[in-house]
Amino acid sequence: MIAYALIFAYGCFGMALLFCLYRVVFAPGLSDRVLALDTMSINVIALLTLFGIDKGTTMYFEASLLFAMVGFISTVAYAKFVLRGDIIE
Amino acid sequence: MIAEIIVSVLLVAGGFFGLVGSYGLVKLPDPMTRLHAPTKSATLGVGAVLVASLIWFPARYGVLTWHELLITLFLLLTAPVTGYFIAKAHMHMGWSRDELPCPAPGRDWATFADPDEESFVDRKRRDQQGSQPRI
Repeated sequence: MIAYALIFAYGCFGMALLFCLYRVVFAPGLSDRVLALDTMSINVIALLTLFGIDKGTTMYFEASLLFAMVGFISTVAYAKFVLRGDIIE
Repeated sequence: MIAEIIVSVLLVAGGFFGLVGSYGLVKLPDPMTRLHAPTKSATLGVGAVLVASLIWFPARYGVLTWHELLITLFLLLTAPVTGYFIAKAHMHMGWSRDELPCPAPGRDWATFADPDEESFVDRKRRDQQGSQPRI
């Protein structure tokens, strides 16, 4: 049962990643593109966790933690650059 | 067996919400509404997957790890901040002050208000112009 649920979740998050990629390529504005990149990092965290459940190792949690931090900090850096004209003031 | 059922339900729900969150990013009409889908639905989907992992490892292997809880808390804390920052940047770039309704009587939008303190860039620019720094 776990195997089928894992396959379903893999398919869902893979398709979600493809939707985000479409939005990154054909975005009407800059903020949409950054939002799509942020969502891509969130989906990659989910995929890494699913892979960890699939393989039965806890090794991938550090990778997903790093993805969470880097995604958040890059989005904040973009917003800071737009708002203040400089990232580290 | 019970843990397996719970984990399967959480995985299916997480996959569904993650897909809805990213499909909303393509489907919804304008940037401010598009902000809703990833910040709420995708975060819920990832949270469900992480909670499934948190239940699965002690039930199957007898190993209790707190990494998933840490990642879930981090995502739940940072998703509103991310949405707020992107909305603020979008308002700053694309809208003028006349197009927006007043947020509250006697108040102005924080995006258009003057900064409280002098930023490093302003100070550097003023120093280059040669005037004395204000104390």
